[in-house]
Amino acid sequence: MNLTKRALMTGAAMALGLAASGAPVLAESHSEKTKVGFVYVGPVGDGGWTYEHDQGRKAVEEHFGDAVETVYVENVPEGPDAERVMVQMARDGADLIFTTSFGYMDPTINVASKFPDVKFEHATGYKTADNVSVYSARFYEGRAVQGHIAGSMTESNIIGYIGSYPIPEVIRGINSAYIHAKKVNPDVEFKIVWAFTWFDPAKEADAAKVLIEQGADVILQHTDSTAPLAAAQEAGGIIGFGQASDMSEYAPSPRVSSIIDNWAPYYIARTQAVMDGTWESSNTWDGIGPGMVGIGEITDAVPEDVKTEALALKDSIASGEYHPFTGPLKKQDGSDWLAEGETADDGTLAGMNFFVEGLEGEIPQ
Amino acid sequence: MDLSAINPVLLIASLMVAATAVMIAAIGELIVERAGVLNLGVEGMMITGAICGFAAAVQTGSPTIGFVAAALGGAALSLLFAFLTQFALANQVASGLALTLFGLGLSALLGQGYQGIKPPSTPRIDIPVLSDLPWVGRILFGHDLMVYFGLALVAAVWAFLKYTRAGLVLRAVGENHDAAHALGYKVIRIRVMAIAFGGACAGLGGAYISLIRVPQWTEGMTAGIGWIALALVVFASWKPWRVLLGAYLFGGVTVLQLNLQAAGIAIPVEYLSMSPYIITIVVLVIMSADKSRAPASLGRIFHATH
Amino acid sequence: MIRLEKRREPSQVFAYLTPVLAVLVTMIAGGLMFAALGKDPFVAIKTIFYDPLFGQYASFDRPQLLVKGGPLVLIAIGLSLGFRAGIWNIGAEGQYILGAIFGAGVALAFYPLDAWFIFPLMILAGAFGGFLWAMIPGILKVKFGTNEILVSLMLVYVAEQLLASMSLGLMKNPEGFGFPGSRNLQQYPSAHNAEIIANSGMHWGVAAALIAVIFAYVLLARHQLGYHIRLTGEAPRAAKFAGVSPGRLILVCLGFSGAFAGLAGMFEVSGPAGQVTIDFNTGYGFTAIIVAFLGRLHPVGILLAGLLMALTYIGGEVAQSSLGLPSAAIQMFQGMLLFFLLAMDVLTGYRIRFGQGETA
Repeated sequence: MNLTKRALMTGAAMALGLAASGAPVLAESHSEKTKVGFVYVGPVGDGGWTYEHDQGRKAVEEHFGDAVETVYVENVPEGPDAERVMVQMARDGADLIFTTSFGYMDPTINVASKFPDVKFEHATGYKTADNVSVYSARFYEGRAVQGHIAGSMTESNIIGYIGSYPIPEVIRGINSAYIHAKKVNPDVEFKIVWAFTWFDPAKEADAAKVLIEQGADVILQHTDSTAPLAAAQEAGGIIGFGQASDMSEYAPSPRVSSIIDNWAPYYIARTQAVMDGTWESSNTWDGIGPGMVGIGEITDAVPEDVKTEALALKDSIASGEYHPFTGPLKKQDGSDWLAEGETADDGTLAGMNFFVEGLEGEIPQ
Repeated sequence: MDLSAINPVLLIASLMVAATAVMIAAIGELIVERAGVLNLGVEGMMITGAICGFAAAVQTGSPTIGFVAAALGGAALSLLFAFLTQFALANQVASGLALTLFGLGLSALLGQGYQGIKPPSTPRIDIPVLSDLPWVGRILFGHDLMVYFGLALVAAVWAFLKYTRAGLVLRAVGENHDAAHALGYKVIRIRVMAIAFGGACAGLGGAYISLIRVPQWTEGMTAGIGWIALALVVFASWKPWRVLLGAYLFGGVTVLQLNLQAAGIAIPVEYLSMSPYIITIVVLVIMSADKSRAPASLGRIFHATH
Repeated sequence: MIRLEKRREPSQVFAYLTPVLAVLVTMIAGGLMFAALGKDPFVAIKTIFYDPLFGQYASFDRPQLLVKGGPLVLIAIGLSLGFRAGIWNIGAEGQYILGAIFGAGVALAFYPLDAWFIFPLMILAGAFGGFLWAMIPGILKVKFGTNEILVSLMLVYVAEQLLASMSLGLMKNPEGFGFPGSRNLQQYPSAHNAEIIANSGMHWGVAAALIAVIFAYVLLARHQLGYHIRLTGEAPRAAKFAGVSPGRLILVCLGFSGAFAGLAGMFEVSGPAGQVTIDFNTGYGFTAIIVAFLGRLHPVGILLAGLLMALTYIGGEVAQSSLGLPSAAIQMFQGMLLFFLLAMDVLTGYRIRFGQGETA
């Protein structure tokens, strides 16, 4: 399919006589500098997902100085617009293009087939090609540390969780946090609210308030704004965590720690690989160990012993000694999932669509 | 499932907060529409107010100055609309939409460098005895000042339209601008003032979101609330107290659906999320039995022929 | 003092001249803004307006104008019929979503059957989906007198939730590893809205938009229904005497605009976008309202306005990546373009007089 499309494309361009300039229409111009492009789904000022990717881009610029030029386009809707932006970048001479939203998956594959010499990196997807890598972060590792702190510190034994959409990524986080909260506190209960939006600070604030009113004294969030932390601060006596970025302006309390998306090391390594000519298509799913997931400073609001345990948990995950999904674990319906000592395979984790035993409520379908 | 987890007192208290921003913006738009002008740019003016207020509050450390700046910012942007529609006689629907587009871009440019900053906090009034009263204490006396400001504004607008001469003139202009002109009223001047008032209110509503409800600045943070404000005015059939009712109803349904979710009620979430909009439509149908109608000159272009 | 004096007849010269003037003034004002942001204004303007049309890569960008402009024109044409009659459907975004859901629903129901009738059936379903969604405000208005602006707008939010629900539930790709989103219809030949001529950007949706332009032109100029629409908009009372049934007209106008928006959604989901996803809708329904007014509610004007709007999007993206302009600056630039067009429109209907005189 893609092959025929590509052949047709060159054919049509010639037929229309548009290749008259002599240069092949779709050839990339090459300059000395390595050019790295970034396609963002939100504005760089969203303070969350896109913001962190842009921090990664800036780190690349800083690391390589004049050897690298970076370009980006923000607010690119998924679908045909994304495809067009990628083509524009590739023909303008980009050597490496990071496409940073799940919905860019098919557009990335389509464009990559037309530009075999350009390397593509698609975040959070699963389709690869010779010149397309995928990369994602194991946020659930951070969730385990979060769950541990949350379970240890809750006094009402109710933990509120604000989810965006019921997708594997979010469900994985809920499960991981729940397992580790339950370990230190068998009485713990999770109240889950789905916001059904990626971004609506006012709604996130409302959701946090509702959870607090219903007795939660720890708020976990899988949405990117600081609204829930502000609500926690206003209510008083509530703790929460930074999400995506450190949100240290709410430290030491209510923000007692955070999960940080740190794309910089990966972006720098992949850019280096392109410069060295050693880039290969790969499937990267990194966690705390390689530094793609960062745990922000645990503040003094957390008791010393809990902090020590949390850091120990973090280290054992980082070293690979411990996997957050280690059996025995059952699914919500009571059926067996993992036997004693067994760890979850990446395939199951990637497409996780069930709650573990003990969580209440259904995943919306 | 645990319905007892829902505390009605807290529910009412938080719906009052959830309703404030949209209410302030809607009451401003109500004045604009009563003057016979339809400004669809509320979202753009709100987001501009949100960043103007946020930036001013951060720079000066005073939320009060922030709110003043937000009102000025919203009003300034609305004057652009006033120029287009009142002097250049442009179509109001298109001008309003253009204003929203422009405002979203402008606010994003102004907001560069304000991400991840915490604004100065606005104190919440706390009257020692009253706030501790059972039930009513939390509902009536436990909010930030802007909640009361919003209520006062609704009352003021109601009194203005009903009892003052200026209110009468404003309504006359909205009902029949040619007749009002013939009577010697300055139609354009009155409308420009109404538009600026609407802009200021939208700006205040936006700043309520960026300074109190969410406290932070992110691009596009009003996330469609301006459109809801427009809907509220129609919902209220251009009557101030019904704006209040509508805002509380809308805020109430939103907060209630989150409450039901947290309580683990097994209703599909996406249908719960739709419910505020569907209920608005249903209520609208019920209220349509009331034959009050839009200002007769709404959206029509006025040009003095002599 | 400056004073406006109404022309007896709208000026033909200015009707054609004002859009050109507006674009020129926008270039100047936008150039100043770009300069203030530290970019070379001339390069920026050239990148936005000239390069996509005649630059080095125009062979790719020109077809993209059709891809981007097609749905805008198709929706705007439908809306313009209602707008002319004073019927305000601002919920085209919701009707667009429903069209996509219905169209994709048919395709997914038949998957993986290979049959010729699937695509035509999808077209019907898409139009029907949009039609149905527009009939809600229509019938409520006719039966109860509820305001169609509000109802159609509310239904956009309802449609968005429905879309999320479909992407996460009913239409989720069973081979998608649990990720949200339907199967990609580009990989299902019987349902794929492929380009009619490869790399021309010309898919069936663009063809439908062009047909809609002609249809609307003929309807308004020659058909009795078109006459009724124009009459109702210009002189509602006269229309009543002429025997126009307001209720029927409301249903017809909303029905057309809904069906057109639904078609646009269906062609988009089966072609350029490929799949039903949570974020499938990207604001075409709202942008089309602007396009309708830019084109002065005239079919040919809408066609040109849709292409102009598409040009600023495409040029704007190029300017972002090649010049580092923030997308906010592009948004403001589009806003300015609209402002100037609207502001200059006054010259068509009015003469400007300088000197003493009474002002309103």
